[in-house]
Amino acid sequence: MDGFSPEIWQSLGLTIELASVTTVILLIVGTPLAWWLARSKSLWTEAVATMIALPLVLPPTVLSFYLLALLGPNGPVGLLASLWGGRTLAFTFAGLVVGSVLSALPLVVQPIRNTFAAMGDRPLEIAATLRASPLYAFFTVALPLARPGLLTAAVLGFAHTIGTFGVVLMIGGNIPGRTKVLSAFLFDFVQESRWREASWLAGAMLMFAVAVVLALTLIDKYSRRRST
Amino acid sequence: MSGSIASFPLDTRFSVPAKGVAAIFGPPGCGKTAVARCIAGLERLPAGFCAIDGEVWQDKTTFRPPHLRPIGYVSQEASLFPHLSVRRNLLYGAPKPKPTPIAFDEVLELLDLAPLLDRSPSHLSGGERQRVAMGRALLSQPRLLVMDEPLGALDSCAKREILPFVERLPEKLALPMIYIGHDMAEIERFADHLVMMERGMVTAAGPLHVLQTDPALPLAASREAAISLDAVVSGYDWRYGLLILRLKGARLLVPAPPLAPGVHQRLRIAACDVSVAREAPRAGSILNVFPARIRACLPLGAAEITLVLALGTGGSGTEILARITRFSFDSLGLKDGVDVFAQLKHVSLLSASERPLQTIPASTPTADPGDRQATPRRETRSSAREASGIFLSLHSCRATHVT
Repeated sequence: MDGFSPEIWQSLGLTIELASVTTVILLIVGTPLAWWLARSKSLWTEAVATMIALPLVLPPTVLSFYLLALLGPNGPVGLLASLWGGRTLAFTFAGLVVGSVLSALPLVVQPIRNTFAAMGDRPLEIAATLRASPLYAFFTVALPLARPGLLTAAVLGFAHTIGTFGVVLMIGGNIPGRTKVLSAFLFDFVQESRWREASWLAGAMLMFAVAVVLALTLIDKYSRRRST
Repeated sequence: MSGSIASFPLDTRFSVPAKGVAAIFGPPGCGKTAVARCIAGLERLPAGFCAIDGEVWQDKTTFRPPHLRPIGYVSQEASLFPHLSVRRNLLYGAPKPKPTPIAFDEVLELLDLAPLLDRSPSHLSGGERQRVAMGRALLSQPRLLVMDEPLGALDSCAKREILPFVERLPEKLALPMIYIGHDMAEIERFADHLVMMERGMVTAAGPLHVLQTDPALPLAASREAAISLDAVVSGYDWRYGLLILRLKGARLLVPAPPLAPGVHQRLRIAACDVSVAREAPRAGSILNVFPARIRACLPLGAAEITLVLALGTGGSGTEILARITRFSFDSLGLKDGVDVFAQLKHVSLLSASERPLQTIPASTPTADPGDRQATPRRETRSSAREASGIFLSLHSCRATHVT
């Protein structure tokens, strides 16, 4: 560990910050989206679900390319932003967050959608007969019952963002202290043949991944026991 | 038709008094649950109409969403919220400001819920869960209680445990109740009013006792035929331990513990416990022998006949049912309009009721038989246009319902 420069600790902080901010945004955006996908009978749900699932199959570079085109200084959003005196999102932390949110969205929406769908109409109907308005029923019945799905989604979103790489290079630009996260550090170590540091970092990230999968399994087991 | 899903148009139209217990009775899959869901606002049939106590909950232009309907809804599955304790389940629908007409402690006592309060719903038996569901519905301070086969998912043991609680509700709370079921043995214990359904249609509606003795309906002609009605306690024979009950055209003596005079007592007289004689028996062990007139004769299988009898000389009193063999029928020379003596071998007393009989004027069980013609079946009863009634009319071109 003594071989690690202070930069790597800075990068670790940055990585965790990115993952946390992304996870919070993912839950805020993903939960209502999953609710709508699970309960609406509209034909649009499948179209929207397909759009959300795209990052699963697209190479992250392709996703980032379109984001850059959209958010970059010459993209429509970038131009709009500059009109208001705003800065472009390309090569910034905010841009990184947008990219991470989009690429992890399917991983977050799917488990929440499944829990909402499995819950069925019953608990909400009962809540309605007990004078609960739809909004009150959502917060007091649907959300608490969906807790296992929300936990799974949060863990998946967090872990996926920790390991994000393509988006970092394309949108973030790998700027130390601003957008250089751990996965990018590993890439640089290997490029510079610093194998010792590379293996330490890779090992740490491997351990993290194991911990995440273990946590997911435990959450699943816990929620199963509760429901029986 | 396949499986448990019946597909037929729902065309239901009935009205019941907004007092006492109205039972909706029909075979599984006849659309009873759809009716309950429409009253609760959980289902919306385009051409439906629903008015409770003068308030329109659904018509062509209005649809009141379920959370704005003051009903208590109890369904087959208790559907308790698994993430809340029993106490928090009970209080989920209770209004926050404390003083309420149906108090927490009262409900705890009524349904014997105190020992369950701090448990989790996953640690309750089926019967306990259903009791909590009833308590939860009551604490939401409903103006109408809708029970959709609350005993349907329970085994017979749990049913026996719950039934006394269900019976106690209408007595203790002045709350109109719609009880949906397919078991007449449950319904005749506490219902005042009956709506019969088949394949999405109402086949008959009226006071329970009137429909039970109606020769045109399947109830009187069934093997389990019985009548249930509320009689008034008029005295007690302390020497022999006999309760004296008054009916129109009869004075019953029933071995039972004493009750205060004036109290209303639900009783059930099964057709198979009543026999007839052409002459007054001079000496016999049967206490309750009354003159009666035969109103109708319904064949039951090849060997038996169910008679509809009107008690009292000249047949002006309460109607009851008697089951006799066809052999006796022929050898006694019985037919419609013949005067006989009805011998009641057994009268079962059901839960004692403190409700005044007069609360349901149109459905007073001791109604004069002549009133029967004034009670149109297959039709909206006249009280439909009165303010204090539950009026429901549902139509759908094609509805799929699972009961």
